[in-house]
This record gives sequence, C-alpha cells and structure tokens, in this order.
Amino acid sequence: MTGTGTSDTGTSEPGTQVPVRKQGLTRRQKTAVSRGVQYAVFVAAVAALAVTADWDRLQNQFAQADLAERMFPEIITLALKNTVLYTVSGFVFGLVLGMVVALMRLSSVGPYRWVAGIYIEIFRGLPALLIFIFVGVAVPLAFPGTEIPGGTYGKVALALGLVSAAYMAETIRAGIQAVPKGQMEAARSLGFSHARAMVSIIIPQAFRIVIPPLTNELVLLFKDSSLVLFLGVTLEERELAKFGRDLASQTANSTPILVAGLCYLLVTVPLGFVVRRLEAKAGEATK
Amino acid sequence: MTRPEIQTKDLHKSFGDNEVLRGIDLEIGRGEVVCVIGPSGSGKSTLLRCVNLLEEPTKGQVFVGGTEITDPDVDIDAVRRRIGMVFQQFNLFPHLTVTENLTLPQRRVLKRDKAEAARVAAENLARVGLAEKADAYPSSLSGGQQQRVAIARALAMGPEVMLFDEPTSALDPELVGDVLAVMRMLADEGMTMMVVTHEMTFAREVADRVVFMDGGVIVEQGAPDQVIGSPSHERTRHFLSRLLDPARAEVEETADRAGKTE
Repeated sequence: MTGTGTSDTGTSEPGTQVPVRKQGLTRRQKTAVSRGVQYAVFVAAVAALAVTADWDRLQNQFAQADLAERMFPEIITLALKNTVLYTVSGFVFGLVLGMVVALMRLSSVGPYRWVAGIYIEIFRGLPALLIFIFVGVAVPLAFPGTEIPGGTYGKVALALGLVSAAYMAETIRAGIQAVPKGQMEAARSLGFSHARAMVSIIIPQAFRIVIPPLTNELVLLFKDSSLVLFLGVTLEERELAKFGRDLASQTANSTPILVAGLCYLLVTVPLGFVVRRLEAKAGEATK
Repeated sequence: MTRPEIQTKDLHKSFGDNEVLRGIDLEIGRGEVVCVIGPSGSGKSTLLRCVNLLEEPTKGQVFVGGTEITDPDVDIDAVRRRIGMVFQQFNLFPHLTVTENLTLPQRRVLKRDKAEAARVAAENLARVGLAEKADAYPSSLSGGQQQRVAIARALAMGPEVMLFDEPTSALDPELVGDVLAVMRMLADEGMTMMVVTHEMTFAREVADRVVFMDGGVIVEQGAPDQVIGSPSHERTRHFLSRLLDPARAEVEETADRAGKTE
C-alpha cells in the first residue's frame, strides 16, 4: 500500500484515505505553546522589576508633587518656549542649507558635488555634541572678534542647522530623484529652463515626498536642542534639559528631570503621530 | 520649394556602444502629418526626442522652422516653445489641477498674465472636450483623459509643430479612440505633426506620409496606402504582418531586439 509518506509521487488512489501521522505537535498547539512562553517571560520580568525596585525611594526621587508644582509655569513659558525656539531656528537654517547642499550634490559641476559630498559625510559622521562645542568654543577662538549674530540663539541655530542640513540634504536629494524623469522632460519640452523646471515643477513634488522624513528630522532636532547645555547659557536662555538639570541639582532630587522629560514627550509623541499619518497618506497617494 | 518645418540631416545617436540612429535624413513640410512606424528598438522614439533635443544627437543637424536647434548657441528653451510634445506616459504635473497644468507653463515660460493664461487654458480644454474636468487633479482622470489634457497643455503654448511619442500605447484599448479623435482634429486643422505610433488605422487614415524605420535607419517612406498597403521592402512586410495579425506570427530565433531606448 502506498501513501505512507508524502514524498510518494501522487500514487494514492482516489478514495483511499492517506493517514495523517501525528508527528509531535500540531500547528495550532505549537502556536499556543510559543505564545504561552512569551507571556510567561513577560510577566516574570515585570514581577521581578516590581519586587526588586525600591518604590518608596523611587517616588521620593522622581515623583515629588510639590517640587514638580514649583516648576510651573516657568518650565512651559521659559524652558519649553526656548526649546521650541532653538529647534525651529535650527530646523529653518538646516532646511535652507540642506536644500542648497542637495542641489549642489545633484549639480553637473564636479566641485559642487564633491564639496556637498564631503560636507554630508563630515556632518553626518560627527556627534552633534562635538559640533556644539566647536561652534561654542572653537569658532570664537579661531576668528577673534567675530560674533555669531543672535547670541546663543544664533549659535544654536548654527550648530543644529549644520548637523541637520547634512541629513536633510540627503533626504531632499532622494526626494528630488524620486520625482519621475518624465516630469523634467515634460517641463523642458514646454520651454522651461532646467532651473525654472526645478523650482516650479520638481522641487514642489519632491517636498511632498520628503515631508514625513523631514518631520521626523524635526523630532530629532527637538531632542538634540538639549545639547545647548554645553554652550553655557544665561538663566533666560535655558531650555528644558538645562532647566530640569539645574533644578535637580539645586534640590538634590530627580523629579525635575522627570517633568522635563514629560515636556519633551508632550511634543515628540504628537509629532511622531503626525509623521505616521503623513507616511500613511503618502503611501496611499503613490498607490 | 517651401522650407520644411522639421528637417534632420545625417542624424546619428548612440547610447554608449549602441548606435540607435544611423544617419536619418527626414523632411516634414508645414501642415504635414507624418507617422513613424517600426519595431521597438528601431530608433523611432529616439528620432522624435532628437527633434526637440530631449536627446542630444551624437552627429548631424536638426532644423525646426528653419532654425538649427543642434547649434550650441541656439536658445533651446525658446525653440522648444514652438514644439509641443506629447508623451506615452502623459507626464502631467500631479501636484497641479488640470487648469494649473495648462496655466503654469504659460505664465512661467510665456509670461502671460493670469487672465490670459486662464482664457487660453479653458479654450484648449474645451477643444479636447474636457472643460468639465478643469478643477480635477490628474490622478482622478482616466488615461485617455490625462492624455487629452497633456495635448491641451502642449497646445496652450501655441506650438507650430506637435510631436507625439506613442501617445496611445499606455492606454486601455477602449480609451484610444478619444485621443486619436483629438489628434485627427489637429491634423484637420493643419497642424504639423510627427507621430510615433503603432496605430495603423490612424496612420492609414490621417497621415500624409508614413515612415518605416528599422535598425536606426529609414527603410522606406511614402503615402500610407503605399507603405502600409503594399510595402516594397521585406522588412516592412514582415513588421506589418506581425503587427496586423500577431496571432499568426511565428516564433523567431533572434526575436529579441536589444536596445529599446525608453
């Protein structure tokens, strides 16, 4: 009798039942076991954490309501406001510079391409912190007498802009290249010059493509603005991280850090939500 | 003899080692409708794209309206304003409405004012029968409608010559007719047209002349009845028999013609 193994080449006659041999667990059983194990590990980890943590001390260190209360309204009116200001000015500067670098990267003139390439490699490869120190310390030393316009705000915009421009340049370049070749051809055939076609036809479409990744970059910048800490700022120029840290060291308590962190999330979580919405929309539009 | 509207002299084009055009001499008179046919890879699209310099010829000259456009000192953007081009893939600007697709080039390139551009746009949309789609975005239109908008966009620039690069090849069969009707209307109005196409019925009925290309050269040309009806070259006969009755074609050993340029 054939049909004992599946490797037989279809010799089982119609009507004869091919016995399904039980070899270990069925698919349904395997799924159940796998899931059960994963839940068990999760519950064990949470339980271990809950048992070993010193809750009283944690609450004392991180969740002192009166300390948190003392931070308002300054943490919003001063610190959050400054964080937003630093981020936006850095983003705008980075966007303009990134646009220029992206166009240089796509230029038909070799030296432009090389300069843009080198710029991107350097500023993507260096830690943002190093750029901040460089802008804060090295630039005034190297060019004595020069003032970066705008004081601390100008310095932050410069440092954040330099870093983000490298990333945005690559994003914008990819966006421009994602616009179908036929768009440029159609524009040229209508009598647009290359530059005019870029400005009127290609770049507007490229921007639609790169809005989600650029928004993502905004979130990254929002967090990186905390590096202002290393520039040395006046009381009025403090942003969330510095504000939280100062208060934490004054009071020898970590509650201000937690509150400052929550303020970051207040902005980054909704922005992240917006990014996902935009990405979903963009994905739908290209279908 | 009157000056030809389009003229190519000993036109060559290579992509690397692949020589796509091997010396094309072609003249198209004012108001003439010329259909260029031939197997894929024969160089017919490349020839068309050389006429408005979307492809730079490797050697030879192209004249449009008496101006040598292959002259490096000529203002190519100014020349292209006189040459309308319609693409296989329509290439409408997807971020603009139908009307904006027509008005933006007029305003940016021809410097027409807003009202004038809008008037010309509406006029040309009406010509192609799409006045009611003025505010729609291209993505909401059918392929045939998009292609008619593309024709209207080219016409709004007031061209003296129209180039069509397989304008119906990307369309569902039932939508081809609308586009061909617009093209026939243009031909009847006396537009100078160069059309790369596989639509033999259109070539036969509308064209003044049919040019058959193969392997980068013009194999034969003449009146449609002659070239399509009773071709004198074996290559033309072979191509037409495969095109007109594809079900009867036989398997060829070296059927793949490398170097399709699109």
